[in-house]
Amino acid sequence: MAAGTKQAGHGAHAGHGEHDEAAHIRLYTKVYITLLVLFLVSVTGPVIGDMVGSKALVLITAFGIAVVKAYLVCAHFMHLNIEKRYIGYLLITTVVFMGLFYAGVAPDVMEHHGRNWVNVAAQNEVERALKAHSEHGEGEHSAH
Amino acid sequence: MATPHEHAHPPDEHGHDHGAGHDHGHHPQSFWSKYVFSIDHKMIAMQYMFTGLAMGIIGAYFSYVFRMQLAYPGHHVPGYGVVSAAEYNMLVTNHGTVMIFWLAMPVLIAAFGNYLIPLMLGCDDMVFPRLNRLSYQIFLLSALVLIYSWFVQGGGFGGAWTAYPPLSAKSQYNLTPAGSSLWVVAVALEFVAFLIGGINFVTTAMNSRAPGMKMFDMPIVIWMIVLASMLFMGSVGPLVAGAVMLLFDQTIGTSFYDPVHGGDPILWQHLFWFFGHPEVYVVLLPATGIVAEIITVFSRKKLFAYKTVLYTAFGTGVLSFFVWAHHQFIAGIDPRMANVFTATTVLISIPIAEMMFVFVATLYGGSIRLTVPMLWALAFIAEFMIGGVTGIFLGSSGSDIYFHDTYFVLAHFHFTFVPIAFISVMAGISYWYPKMFGRMLNETLGKIHFWGTIIPFNGIFIPLFLTGMAGDHRRIYNYNNFPELATEHMVHLREFATVSLLVLLAFQVVFIINFFVSLKSGKVAGNNPWNANTLEWQAPSPPPHGNFAELPNCYRGPYEYSSPNREKDYWPQNESV
Amino acid sequence: MAKPIATLRSATNIPTGRLAVWWLLASEIVIFGGLLASYIMHRLGHPEFGDYASHTNTLLGGINTFVLLTSSYFAVRAHFEAEHGRGATAAKWLYATIGGAVAFLCIKSYEWTHEISEGFTITKNAFWSFYYIAAGLHGLHVIGGALIMFIVAQDAKKNRELQRVELVGLYWHFVDVVWIFLFPLLYIAK
Repeated sequence: MAAGTKQAGHGAHAGHGEHDEAAHIRLYTKVYITLLVLFLVSVTGPVIGDMVGSKALVLITAFGIAVVKAYLVCAHFMHLNIEKRYIGYLLITTVVFMGLFYAGVAPDVMEHHGRNWVNVAAQNEVERALKAHSEHGEGEHSAH
Repeated sequence: MATPHEHAHPPDEHGHDHGAGHDHGHHPQSFWSKYVFSIDHKMIAMQYMFTGLAMGIIGAYFSYVFRMQLAYPGHHVPGYGVVSAAEYNMLVTNHGTVMIFWLAMPVLIAAFGNYLIPLMLGCDDMVFPRLNRLSYQIFLLSALVLIYSWFVQGGGFGGAWTAYPPLSAKSQYNLTPAGSSLWVVAVALEFVAFLIGGINFVTTAMNSRAPGMKMFDMPIVIWMIVLASMLFMGSVGPLVAGAVMLLFDQTIGTSFYDPVHGGDPILWQHLFWFFGHPEVYVVLLPATGIVAEIITVFSRKKLFAYKTVLYTAFGTGVLSFFVWAHHQFIAGIDPRMANVFTATTVLISIPIAEMMFVFVATLYGGSIRLTVPMLWALAFIAEFMIGGVTGIFLGSSGSDIYFHDTYFVLAHFHFTFVPIAFISVMAGISYWYPKMFGRMLNETLGKIHFWGTIIPFNGIFIPLFLTGMAGDHRRIYNYNNFPELATEHMVHLREFATVSLLVLLAFQVVFIINFFVSLKSGKVAGNNPWNANTLEWQAPSPPPHGNFAELPNCYRGPYEYSSPNREKDYWPQNESV
Repeated sequence: MAKPIATLRSATNIPTGRLAVWWLLASEIVIFGGLLASYIMHRLGHPEFGDYASHTNTLLGGINTFVLLTSSYFAVRAHFEAEHGRGATAAKWLYATIGGAVAFLCIKSYEWTHEISEGFTITKNAFWSFYYIAAGLHGLHVIGGALIMFIVAQDAKKNRELQRVELVGLYWHFVDVVWIFLFPLLYIAK
C-alpha cells in the first residue's frame, strides 16, 4: 500500500519541494541536538546539585528536564503537535490516572504511619538499612 | 490480484462498498481455516462464546461442589468426592476467577463485541482480523494454562481470586507453588488477549462505521462494549505490573510484597483493586447495552434518552477509577482515605441508577412483547437493582466494618454479577441466536428455562444475605466448626441455598437442549425476525463472509421505533428516506 | 491477503493503524505508570534506596540514554523517508534504529552482568527488584520493537506498507520516552 493512504491524516506533507523537505529534516535535527544538550544538563545538574547539597537542583534538572525531553519527543518526533487534539488528551488522561493511582495508594505505601496505624515492619527495615549503611561508611561509594 | 478497494474511504461517501464475495469467499475453506484458524470476526466470536460457556460450566461445577460441602460438610459430593479444606479454597478461588475472566469477559465483550461490532456498524470485519485471531489464541492458551494449573502437584491456587500476598506470594502459606504461579500466568495472558482485542474494538468503532453513521447513531451496545474496552485498557496496566511482581515474588524470591525486605503487601491490594473496581463496570456496561437493545425492540419504542444513557456510562466509567479502596476499608488503609472512597462510592450509584430509570422510562407506554429475550432483560433490571442497593451498605465504610468479608458481600456481588454474567448473556444469546444460526430458539423451552433459572437464583442468594448478616464469614469451608454459626436456622438457610443451586443447574439442561436442537430444527429465522432497526438485522441470517452483499449506508439513529409518520413501527438504519 | 473494507475506512480521518497505535500506547502508559508509581512510592518511603541506587552505573545508563535518543532521531528520519515514498531509504534508517536497539541491549547486558557479579541481584532488596523489573520490562519492549522494526523494514524496502514505518516509529518513540523517565528514576541516587 503506497504512502498515499497516510496523507489523509497528515495533509501538511502533500506536494512538497526539496526546500520544504530540507526544512523538515533541519527541524528534526534541531530537536535532536536540543535533546542531547538537555540530556547533558540533566546529568551534570544532579552532580552539581549533590556537590552544593541542593536537592531542588537535582530534582529540577533530572526530572524537570525529563519532562521537557519527553514533550519534545512527543510533540516533534511523534507529531502530536499536528495530530488530532483528542489523541493528546487521551494520553494525558492516562498519565493523570497514574497520578490518581499514586495519590490513592501513596498514603498507605509511601507513608509508614498514619491515623491510628503504624507499619512496624517497614519502619524497622528502614532503620536497619540506614544504620547498616552508615556503619559501612564511605566504602560503599566505590561503585563505578 | 489487484484489489480495487485499497484506498481510504472519506466518511461522507454515498456510493456503496462491495464487501462480500469479491476477493474472498469463493474458494472452499478447509475445516482448519474455517473453524480453527479463521480470521472472520463471526467465527472468532463463536470461538470466544463456546470457550467462555464451556469455562462457565466448569465454574458452575465448582460452585456445585463447594455449595454441597457447605450444606453437608464432610459428606461425599456426588461427582467429586469428599472436599478437603485445601480443595475448598481451590474451588472457591477458581470459581470466582473463571466466572469473571473466562465467562463474563469473553462472552460479553469478546464474543458479542466481535460478533456485533462489524455487523452493527455496517462493515465487513474488524479492522485487524489477524490480530483478532491472535487475541483468541492467546485467550485459549490462558484457559489451557488455568486448567493445567488444577492438575499440577499441590493442586490449583487457593488464595482467593483476589490473591492477596503473603498467602499468594509464599508457597509455605498457600501450599500450591506450581498452581499459584500458573494461575498468575493464566490471568496475565487473559489480560494480554483482552488488551489486544480492545484495541481492535475501539479502533473499529471509531473508524469503520458505515457512511452516514455518526458516533451518536451507533447502537448503545456498541458504545458500551467500546467504553468497556477503554475502561479495561486504562485500568489493567498497574495490575499487569503487579502480577509480574507477584510472579517474581512467588518464583524467584523477590520481595515486592514483603515488608521485612522493603516491600508492602497492601501495594498488591491497591494494584489489584485499582483494576478490580473498573473491571466490574467493564462487564456491567456491555450487559446494560444488551438490555438496552432488547427493551427498545420489544417495547417498539425509542430509547428514552440516548445521550443520557451515554453520559451516565461515561460518568460511571470515569467515577469507577475513584472508588477502588472500598474493597479495602478494613485492610489497614488510612482511615482518611476511607472517607474519600465512601463518598465516591456512594456517588457512583447515581449514574447507574439513572441508567436503570431510563430503561424503565423506555418501557413505560411501550407496546411490550414478553418474548424470552425481553424476559431476561427485564429480569436483569430487577435483579441488578437488588444488587445495587445492597452495595450502598458496603460502600459506606461504617457499615462495611461489619459486613466486610461476610456472605452479605457475596450475596451483593452475586446479585450484580449473575445478572451481568448470566442473565444478560442469556438475553443476548436468545436475542441474537436467530442472526447467528439462522434459526429461532423454542419460546416455550426458553420460558421454562427462564423461570427455572430466575426463581432458584433468588433462592440461592437471598438466604446468603441473611447468613451474612448473622455473621457467616466468607471462605470458610465448614461452619460446623463455629458453634454460634451452626444453629439449625443457619444450617437450613445454607441447605436452602444449595438445593436452589441444584434446581438452577438442573434447569440449564433445558437451555442446552433448546440450543442444540434448534440449530437443526428451529423455525427458519429470516433476516429480521424481530423487526429491529440495527444493521445486523439487514444482513442474512447467518451472515456470509463479508457480511453484506452491499455494505450499507446509515441514515438515522438505531431506535426509530413507532415513528409517527410511518406505517411500519420500525425504521431500519439503512433504509434511505 | 486483501484487507477488509473496515481497515480502510477512516471516519475519524486518522488512519486506522495509527489510531490503533495510540490506543496501544495509552494502555502501555498505564502498565509502565503503575510499575513506576509503585517504585516511586517505595523510593520516597525508603530513604535507604538512595544508597542502594548509588551502585547503579550512571555512566552506562547515560550512554544508553544517548543511544536511545539517537535511535529515536533515526526513527523519525525513517518515517520522513517513508512519507515521501522512499521505502529503501526508510528501511536503511530503520536498520540504523535497530542498530541503536542492539547497542542499548549490549550495554545493558554488560551493565547487568557486572552488577549481578557484584552481588546486586534481583533478590538483594526491593530496590534492586524494582530496578531489574522496570528496566527488564523496558528491555523486553526494546527487543520487541527491534523485531517489529525489522519486519516492517523488509516490506518497506520493497515500498510496501510504508505507513507502518511511522507506526513502529511511534512505538519506538514511546520506548524512548519511558527510558527518559527510567534513567533519572533508577540511576540518580539522591
